[in-house]
Amino acid sequence: MPEHTFRVNGEQVTVDVAGDVRLLWVLRDILGITGPKYGCGIDVCKACTSHLNGEAVNPCAIPVRDLRPADEVTTIEGLAATAGGDLHPMQQAWLDHDVAQCGYCQPGQIMAAVALVRRVAAEGRAITDADLDGLRNICRCGTYARIREAIRAGAENMT
Amino acid sequence: MTAIGRRHFLGYVLAAPTLLTAAELGPVAGPGLPSPEITDLLDLNDLMTAAALPTANLISVEVDGDGTVSFALPRAEVGQGITTSTAMLIAEELAVPLERVRVTLADARPELVFNQLTGGSNTTIATYTPIRVAAAVARLRLLEAAAAELGSAVADLTLKAGVISGPGGDGIDIGALAGKAASARTRRVAVELTARESFTVIGRPHNRIDALDAVTGRKKFAMDLDVPDAKPTMVCRPPTINGEVGSVANLAEVRAMPGVTDVVVISTGVAVRAATFGQCVDAVRALRVSWRPGTAEGKSDESVLRELRAAELPLGIRPPTPVVEGAFTFYFRSNSALEPNCAIADVRTGRAEIWSAMKSPIVAQQAIAAKLGLPPGRVTVHVTEGGGSFGRKLFFDAALEAAEVSQRVGKPVKLMWHRADDSRQGRTHPMAISRVRVSYVGDTVLSYKQRHTSVSTDLGHGLGEIITAMAARLPVGDIGFSQTFFQLSQTMPYEFGISSRLLSETDKGFNTGSMRNVYSPDVTCARELIVDQLAARMGKDPRRFRHDFLRDDRSRAVLAKVAEAGEWGRPMPEGTAQGIAFHSEYKAVSAALVEIDCRPETVDRPIRDGVTGPRVTKAVFAVDVGLAVNPRGLEAQMMGGVMDGIALALTSSLHLRDGHFLEASWDNYFYTRQWNTPPDLRIIVMPSTSDRPGGAGELGVAASMAAVACAYGRATGTMPSSFPINHGTLSFTPKPTIPPIPPSPADGLDRARRTKET
Ligand code: FES
Ligand code: FES
Repeated sequence: MPEHTFRVNGEQVTVDVAGDVRLLWVLRDILGITGPKYGCGIDVCKACTSHLNGEAVNPCAIPVRDLRPADEVTTIEGLAATAGGDLHPMQQAWLDHDVAQCGYCQPGQIMAAVALVRRVAAEGRAITDADLDGLRNICRCGTYARIREAIRAGAENMT
Repeated sequence: MTAIGRRHFLGYVLAAPTLLTAAELGPVAGPGLPSPEITDLLDLNDLMTAAALPTANLISVEVDGDGTVSFALPRAEVGQGITTSTAMLIAEELAVPLERVRVTLADARPELVFNQLTGGSNTTIATYTPIRVAAAVARLRLLEAAAAELGSAVADLTLKAGVISGPGGDGIDIGALAGKAASARTRRVAVELTARESFTVIGRPHNRIDALDAVTGRKKFAMDLDVPDAKPTMVCRPPTINGEVGSVANLAEVRAMPGVTDVVVISTGVAVRAATFGQCVDAVRALRVSWRPGTAEGKSDESVLRELRAAELPLGIRPPTPVVEGAFTFYFRSNSALEPNCAIADVRTGRAEIWSAMKSPIVAQQAIAAKLGLPPGRVTVHVTEGGGSFGRKLFFDAALEAAEVSQRVGKPVKLMWHRADDSRQGRTHPMAISRVRVSYVGDTVLSYKQRHTSVSTDLGHGLGEIITAMAARLPVGDIGFSQTFFQLSQTMPYEFGISSRLLSETDKGFNTGSMRNVYSPDVTCARELIVDQLAARMGKDPRRFRHDFLRDDRSRAVLAKVAEAGEWGRPMPEGTAQGIAFHSEYKAVSAALVEIDCRPETVDRPIRDGVTGPRVTKAVFAVDVGLAVNPRGLEAQMMGGVMDGIALALTSSLHLRDGHFLEASWDNYFYTRQWNTPPDLRIIVMPSTSDRPGGAGELGVAASMAAVACAYGRATGTMPSSFPINHGTLSFTPKPTIPPIPPSPADGLDRARRTKET
């Protein structure tokens, strides 16, 4: 079977699996990294949202063969390290606002939020209601309002 | 639960090497005399707690040498926050910091019989006293042990933050006393519970104890567990509801696909086990199966509507007085949580082990044992943390299936439903029509009649046993279980004269369940829309009318609160309006005020693959649950209820066509999304009006749905009569039913780069 090499949460990994297997399953079923969740498998619910080279992607829609050795995949497990602490400011904001209910969607929500804040900052502007409306991540527990508050608070502490 | 006074109870200290104390689960709640309004005397929760009495059993609190306190909760945590509120009860009575309390979920405990069911928003109501009694016994034993150690009287000692100090100021940690406070034999102990005025933990807002795990990805759901060799497994399902496998044309071919280890025909389809779920998806899609018909063959929204109309109970002769009448249709809704149905099963010769989020684990254990041909004692059922439930996890469809597959292939399996499976073959909130007639003269309402006709709700998860066992003793006559459930869960909060509400059910061909708040959202929505009509007829403002007809001060208080906080009656631009509604259940009262924007520029704002529609721009929700154990958790539950209410009123439904549901994705089934969320949302937890908590997990849905419907009616000038209001427009292209699940997309990188969307 073909080998695929890329980086996950700061470490180089090599997996031996068919190239069309989607990254979500490589992470969860082969590497045992279970932070990214399955909610649809078709790039709709965003529960699996992770970062590739710092930008939000949905691993359920990425064949593992698309990754290059220098590509850096960050899952919720590796997010804090990107900010050099035990918790990323966005995770701290999530705690401060007691966002999670069942928690199933929250890894994806946090990863999407961080990417949104970075994107908006790169555009040199502040987060708007329209930006928040544009988040597609499902939360079937309905934590949307606290998510909005937490993102604004987390953004303040991200530099 | 033995009560010997208002705050005095008997608990136990159990024989164990470390301090282990206990209390009986199942406090007394006595039914009163029969009355036309039986919910005044007895509601579903009384019934559930009363049903538990004869089989009441012990729940126990353990103090360990490291100073931690452990408790295994015989309920399911599915996001509603009961592990946090339970830890708070223990922290309160035992005077230990919350961080020292470890609450886990108990495996199935058959000796609890009916008392291990998470439903009817009953958890806190049923466990509030027993958990505190067990903790209070522990506190007493620790104080006694410390007294012996320090050579002083118990009365001179204080227990604070997990440390007991004497008059001299020297402190001993409870961990150091755990062994000494242990008992060599089991005996009863009388304790006094902390008075409400002295609470320092209960009633104060606390963050969830599992929040850190949730935000770091460490929280483990069933599919995250590492059970050796439990390989990914999925099932190729029929194109119509509950169809059956005829034959499979290419079993050998699919068995040879990359990663695939097993392919077997089971009772619900064709199961595939593989190295990754991705390979399961491919294998499921490759299977060529000929299917036999299901249980709803050829049915559609229109045909079910005809069935419902035919099953309606008559409203009787129209009285000579003026009447307000209305009939409302509620389409099928999906009961899916975000975590799909899933379970791990390891079935070996003579034994089985199951992991899944289950709200009725005892029933599950018995059903799985029967399916596998094992004695129940040989089946271990572990209750895992659940990724949402909303009633869904009262059933254990995935666990049963996983057990069947594991037995067939002789290997452990980690079984998951695809989202499309969950949407098309999963449990639903049944389609229903609710017909209401109110007669009135002048300012007096003479009678209120509601006939609710629904596709059968499957209540066969064990709650049924409680109720049917109790039904004969109830003052509601000889009626079946669902009618009893209906009667007990529906209250008439208004002084509307002679009131009758009857349920008629038809068609058991659908996979249904007790979706969050069960009958109440639909029944309440219909009632509150009629209340608005009635108010208009009497020339009264909708809030004023409700105020005048509500039956008690507690109800009027929540109504007044939302009216004030939400500025009821403020001038609103054309095409926008406020709506207000009330609902009481689970020993709690609630009111919602919403503002909706139905102007074309809002309704038609562009969102890719989504339904925009009218936007609820503001929602204010006031709740009085009696005693709120954790106001922050309660607030979260109400927020979720508001989001559900918005979805039920405006956007979320399943379309039935040709014996199957068209929806197969979250971009087909429009649960509330960020673009539907009210930018202004306020939850108001009323000051505690009682010594006892009411239920909260489901309460928020009904008043929210009703308020949105009322607001929509007022904004558009037309009372809506079919829900959700966008059901008539199919807002997506249905996915094929063969193969039953969509392909895994491969354009994730391009898409992320192209749209930079999140
Ligand atoms: S699982 Fe990847 S977007 Fe839903
Ligand atoms: S917290 Fe449960 S799905 Fe979002």
